[in-house]
Amino acid sequence: MGALSKSPWIIHYDGSSCNGCDIEVLAVLMPRFDVERFGVINTGNPKHADILLLTGSINEQNKSVVLNIYDQMPDPKVVLAVGICATSGGIFRECYNVMGGADKVLPVDVYVPGCAVRPEALIDGVVQAVGILEKKRAAQKAGKA
Amino acid sequence: MGQQNIIDIQVSELAAKVTAMKSEGQRLVQICCTKLPDKLELHYSFDKNYDFTSFRVTLADATVKVPSVSGIYLSAFIYENEIHDLFGIQVDGIAVDYKGKFYRTAKPRAFNPEQTPGGQA
Amino acid sequence: MSGRTVIPFGPQHPVLPEPIHLDLVVEDEKVVEAIPSIGFIHRGLERLVEKKDFVDFTYVAERICGICSFIHGMTYCMAVEELLKLEIPERAKYLRVIWSELSRIHSHLLWMGLTADAFGFESLFMQSWQLREKILDIIEETTGGRVIFGSAKVGGVRRDISADKLQDILKKLRSYQNQFAEIGGVFLRDATVKHRMQGVGVLTSEQAQVLGAVGPTLRGSGIAADLRMTGYAAYGKLGFSPVVETAGDCYARCQVRIRELDQSVDLIEKAAAQMAEGPIEVKVAGTPTGDFFARTEQPRGEVIYYAKGNGTKFLQRMRVRTPTFANIPPLLTMLGGCQLADVPVIVLTIDPCISCAER
Repeated sequence: MGALSKSPWIIHYDGSSCNGCDIEVLAVLMPRFDVERFGVINTGNPKHADILLLTGSINEQNKSVVLNIYDQMPDPKVVLAVGICATSGGIFRECYNVMGGADKVLPVDVYVPGCAVRPEALIDGVVQAVGILEKKRAAQKAGKA
Repeated sequence: MGQQNIIDIQVSELAAKVTAMKSEGQRLVQICCTKLPDKLELHYSFDKNYDFTSFRVTLADATVKVPSVSGIYLSAFIYENEIHDLFGIQVDGIAVDYKGKFYRTAKPRAFNPEQTPGGQA
Repeated sequence: MSGRTVIPFGPQHPVLPEPIHLDLVVEDEKVVEAIPSIGFIHRGLERLVEKKDFVDFTYVAERICGICSFIHGMTYCMAVEELLKLEIPERAKYLRVIWSELSRIHSHLLWMGLTADAFGFESLFMQSWQLREKILDIIEETTGGRVIFGSAKVGGVRRDISADKLQDILKKLRSYQNQFAEIGGVFLRDATVKHRMQGVGVLTSEQAQVLGAVGPTLRGSGIAADLRMTGYAAYGKLGFSPVVETAGDCYARCQVRIRELDQSVDLIEKAAAQMAEGPIEVKVAGTPTGDFFARTEQPRGEVIYYAKGNGTKFLQRMRVRTPTFANIPPLLTMLGGCQLADVPVIVLTIDPCISCAER
């Protein structure tokens, strides 16, 4: 495992979620679920982040915000769609202001469904994302060599 | 349980009725709009000591101009911008007028898309 | 130097778990004006009533907000039950009180954590959330969900709580009260916390009244208004009075919420003592006709559900006025004249729930 996989930094953005998944994202960072034991840390700065954790669906207004955060993140990067809204739009997919899941605008690597997402599922998703990040890093290195 | 009264009034009476509510010490609870097949309904709701009063104003369509009550209750501006952005209600003289930029919706007048001939929906 | 600068705050900001955008007009470090713009998480879910019938819409209502989910679902049901002229069983009313108050406890603890985070007290943040997890465990034991309960339904509630379970919950809650006092004590007595909250973001009682503030924001400014006093569900039989503080600053709003933790435990105890065995739901018959405003008290304040039916399975209109929406004008008043560094704390003391506000 490379250095990156031991300390991936996460940035969280709430698309148009109901808050349920967002508070579960924060809850897994708390001592009880403690996702930080995998070396993960939550950051507010996209330029420090390796994993983009999206909750909620995409709409016309946040599309540019999400893309802006994604573009600012250094390569390699992994996108994690958390909750059913980020996966497909969920119960709100028929709403006039909702475009659908995160994959409408970004290449999603890991989908974590659930309404609201279970903390255990979310931890599993983050651990998978860390693995994908490592693979992407190895591929990037091989490409350069 | 507090009382709930819904009172029908005319657009022209609105400012006077709302001013009277304010002088009684009523709290402006909310303003909302309902789109019905042939008309629009506005509700101006107030609360005092848990008694709830709502003035219902019926508009034939969204071309009828409605005077703003934000000069009486400043907080009305968020509701008035909302009914303007979502229903296309023409509100005259909002204290803080976002001119359609309060709700950033993909489609204008999302709750009343047929309002403009040719429909932008 | 007195030039004016506009500083954008949000939508993605480290202190905000949710996106809201404020344009802060500042003169040096002093905020002169704050202009909000919203719509980042506007979904337009009120129009879903055209696609989902009045029974199914309960699920959408619960998902307006993941923090006060139960109270949203319950208030929607209350509006529809009134239109159906449906009287729900007594036991269901008490169960609604119990879940509403559990929601309030977990929401206030969540708020305490986020506020501690906003003024940089990381360990207090963790402590508050650790305690909140224990409340979530009770919620999970009784409903199966952690944040979305799914236990409100038109005509009553979906699940019952057995007498043994109820005694167990009461025992747990009583043992947590010491911990509420401990954490609350840090908020109310710690010099650094006081420094960040006392005299900051003052809202006078006149301003609170005129600007239509609701919930702890209103009660922190000395006005005793709490929609639970109207006696919906079983609140009319529980005998209590609203928690009021008079200073109107961030500290007063914090005091209100901390005192409400104990009030909620009391209400759950009273409800458990009065509750008789019986059915928990009635069969839904007919279709909603007429219009009604259902009003309840959420952790953040008064929420209003307006439902209008025309005798079909689909409501003609469903409108939600959430507490955060009503608290935006008071927030703008509090921000005027504050220091830039105080903005995150002031924004958090209205306990903003943006997904509620924008729907």
